[in-house]
Amino acid sequence: MRSKTFASAVAMLFVVAGVTPANAEIVITQKAKKFDKKRIEIKKGDSVKFINADSIAHNIHSRSRGNKFDLGVSKPGTSVSKVFDKNGKFKVRCAIHPKMKLTVKVN
Amino acid sequence: MGVPVCNKNKLSKFAITMVATASAFATFVSTTAISAEKKSREEWKKEYVRPSTIPFPTDNPYTAAKADLGRTLFFDPRLSGANYISCGTCHNPSFAWGDGLAKGIGHAMTRLGRRTPTILNLAWGEDLMWDGRFESLEQQALGPMSAAVEMNQNMKAIVAELEAIPEYRTLFNVSFPGKGITVDNIAKAIATFERTVVSGVAPFDRWIAGDENAISASAKRGFDLYNNKANCVACHSGWNFTDSSFHDIGLPDKDIGRGKIVPGVVVMQHAFKVPTLRNAVERAPYMHDGSLKNLYSVVEHYDNGFVKRPSTSNEIYKLNLTQSEKTDLVEFMKTLSSKDAPVALPRLPAYDQTVAGSLNVSPAAGPSADSGTPSVQKGSCNTFLMHYIPCSK
Ligand SMILES: [Cu+2]
Repeated sequence: MRSKTFASAVAMLFVVAGVTPANAEIVITQKAKKFDKKRIEIKKGDSVKFINADSIAHNIHSRSRGNKFDLGVSKPGTSVSKVFDKNGKFKVRCAIHPKMKLTVKVN
Repeated sequence: MGVPVCNKNKLSKFAITMVATASAFATFVSTTAISAEKKSREEWKKEYVRPSTIPFPTDNPYTAAKADLGRTLFFDPRLSGANYISCGTCHNPSFAWGDGLAKGIGHAMTRLGRRTPTILNLAWGEDLMWDGRFESLEQQALGPMSAAVEMNQNMKAIVAELEAIPEYRTLFNVSFPGKGITVDNIAKAIATFERTVVSGVAPFDRWIAGDENAISASAKRGFDLYNNKANCVACHSGWNFTDSSFHDIGLPDKDIGRGKIVPGVVVMQHAFKVPTLRNAVERAPYMHDGSLKNLYSVVEHYDNGFVKRPSTSNEIYKLNLTQSEKTDLVEFMKTLSSKDAPVALPRLPAYDQTVAGSLNVSPAAGPSADSGTPSVQKGSCNTFLMHYIPCSK
């Protein structure tokens, strides 16, 4: 939780400072068959790190036009990252648990 | 004990509670905290408490009239193309809302590809069907009705067919003032009825509520195994014994299930929706393909009977259960049966007796109680019957 808040705080600082930041990493945690956020806004080139804090496996994929991907299965305690290098609004889902929904808006 | 929620008295009570629950789908949220640390039996029990209200979506809220109309439609075979299959033909309340067959049978005795799922507790479900291809019960209700191999109903004709039955005109106008009979409203009424079909209080629920004598010691050991060594809880979690997720559980059939709906995602190959375990004893045979005869063979499957392939669920692994552990698991599942009171069939609205000829169906040739299938007068060719009875011009 703390590292995630920190990461978003760092990302925010760069935005406020108006400098061209190094690409940020935003952390999303999978816990109790949920993403800890429903919606995030990131910059083009940023990456999202998905940490599986559950005792069961999850999946990360998107079927949104222009950004279809499948990161496969992430086992408990592991993490996967995805760089978003296109602008747009993408729906990220866990194929296993349809209730797990995340919208990623890339500006 | 075990009064089903579809009981009329209960329904009116629910109607009141439901008005208060505006954001319907949010009313029941399982707060299952999955963590690696071992939980005690008492802690696990807290995750299996029955909800006290049924969630209804805001765009199709509950009314008693709508649920009653939906019940009538559900059991009316005239919703099928050949007028002999109702929703209730396959979702038979006497079989815990299934058909007791390994694979369903549809129009003209067509053997279907998968087992008929129960409609119990679908108010809490999402992504309906074994492959989750419908996102709401409203969408789902129309699926089998229009499928050629299932009820084979021409959806363009159904509104006219029901319009020809005066009482349906009245019932729809009461439930949908100013809108009447439409395909959407047929779906909304059936979905509303289906949401009221909830499995009743089972011995397991009485145990959760504090009655230690409600289930046997073996069943209690089964509950512990269910949540720990046997890992059933990874998917069959919460009071409804499902988290509505999709998994390839390693059944060796060719059906790729959700793989067709979500192509390009490896774990969705051969994946099917996790079904409820409520009233499972009454719903044999098991699995999406009906390949397992009883609950013992189901336990054997999860213990060591599955095939391993790239899509096999991460939650499926060899369990090394002993014979007595297997028995405990089955004894536990038996406690989920609510032995609900029999469901009364509705009286179906009769055809119009006053305007003979106006619809080209002679009253004498209308559907008769004993034949069950309507016949058409020679030479008559009305559009709404054409799709299942060839017209002799
Ligand atoms: Cu998941």
